Amino acid sequence: MPRKAAPSASQAARKAATTEPVVRFETVGMRYGRAPEVLKDVRFTLSPGSFHFLTGPSGAGKSSLLKLIYLAAQPSRGRVELFGHDVQAVPRQDQPFLRRRIGVVFQEFRLLDHLTAFDNVALPLRVAGQKPAAYREDVRELLSWVGLGQKLNAMPPALSGGEKQRLAIARAVVNRPELLIADEPTGNVDHEMALRILKLFIELNRLGTTVLIASHDRELVEASGMPVLKLNEGKLTRQRGADAA
Amino acid sequence: MSQPPLRPGSLLPRNRSRDFALHFVVAVLCFLACLAAVGALAADRAAQGWSRDIRGEATVQVIPRSGETGASAAARAAEVLAGVRGVSEAAALERDKAEALLRPWLGDAPLDDLPVPHLVAVRLDPAHPASGADLRRALTAAGVDGIVDDHDRWLEGVEQAATGVRAAVIALFLLMTAAAGAVIAFATRTGMAAAHDVVEVLHLTGARDDFIAGLFQVRYARLAAVSGLWGAGAAAAVAALVKVLGGGDGLTPALPLAWSDLLAVSPWPLVAATVAVVAARLTTMRLLREFE
Repeated sequence: MPRKAAPSASQAARKAATTEPVVRFETVGMRYGRAPEVLKDVRFTLSPGSFHFLTGPSGAGKSSLLKLIYLAAQPSRGRVELFGHDVQAVPRQDQPFLRRRIGVVFQEFRLLDHLTAFDNVALPLRVAGQKPAAYREDVRELLSWVGLGQKLNAMPPALSGGEKQRLAIARAVVNRPELLIADEPTGNVDHEMALRILKLFIELNRLGTTVLIASHDRELVEASGMPVLKLNEGKLTRQRGADAA
Repeated sequence: MSQPPLRPGSLLPRNRSRDFALHFVVAVLCFLACLAAVGALAADRAAQGWSRDIRGEATVQVIPRSGETGASAAARAAEVLAGVRGVSEAAALERDKAEALLRPWLGDAPLDDLPVPHLVAVRLDPAHPASGADLRRALTAAGVDGIVDDHDRWLEGVEQAATGVRAAVIALFLLMTAAAGAVIAFATRTGMAAAHDVVEVLHLTGARDDFIAGLFQVRYARLAAVSGLWGAGAAAAVAALVKVLGGGDGLTPALPLAWSDLLAVSPWPLVAATVAVVAARLTTMRLLREFE
């Protein structure tokens, strides 16, 4: 990882000092409009510094569950807590400050096609008010670390699927989030790159970041040996080594 | 390793065809507003000139006393009035000139038998003009009967017309400002719809509403300022052309244009940018509240 990825004193202190769950779901239900619930009575917690995989068949509700965590959706019932805050009670103007503590790798990448690879990765730092001079070297090193050091000025449409994936991951981790969520982060890369990405996530986790990865890649999940949350038809049916709610 | 860009890219994507249309509309609105402002200054100057002319003159109709001819009464009145403070000149109007004043109403009919009024034309001191009351008082003191017309009723009409022109220009300004605001608001709405994915990503990466609104404000303020410059420049060029082609008096002697009037276009790019900032912010903040 680039040098700036070392845990800050405040991050380490935070990890040591707090045992409050980073994420807590209490009997959470979620539906879109009047459709049937896509999540039913979901209960789980993610402790600080934990690493979990979220698995389940397509349509099981993995992406919906992740949306609740990164504040792109609200639960229909139950209670979702992030860093000790009930997300439904957080005023709109304070939500950005919670989001800045979360890094998200979207399944469809959600890169901005009109920005260079460099500017895409720097985006979370820009919206947090950092000046280009402050983040220039860090972003360059991070892009180099994910193998895109020669493509700083490339536009996303000119990148391959794997390169976009790595770019999306770099954007998610650039501000060293307390919680990293990744939705199928290895879906577009070969096995070797998938293992490299997994190593990146594990390294971030060692540095104190709580990690939750939704993945279909059974081989990768098995190889990691990390706890697994399994969703099936909206219900969290199996927790291998995962925190009990 | 390649080098990172020296300047960060614009977070909002550009749409050149839509931006060009917006540039054009805002520039036209500024052009019209600037022309209205220059025209208003010229009209105001003309009204002031007319007021000065009217205020600088008075007319006295002399009524001869028994045993006195009209001409001698008029001559006596002129002599009296010429000595009043605030009067530059007073002269009895000769009969043929008085008849000429009646021609527009009576045509070529012979006027020899008509009792043509005996008039005294009074030119007042422009710096300290005598009032109608001053003239009446002097005539009464000298034992001259006469009706003093200080042109007040005409002055009222001219001032009403000037006030009307000023009100029309203010209304035009408000209309142009509202139209520019509406155009910017519409452009912001379509811009946000087109950049929906971008706005969503900005939100999810922790951007505050203020930050996102600021992006739209800066974009449309710049666009409006540049359009305003074009519109104001074109209006100044047209006004300068009119002044040059119209000779020393500008467009016409009745609507005099001064070179300094061209400065009236200078605030418009700033006005356009300010309107754009307000319109873009109000629209963006409202849409962002509806966003999720």
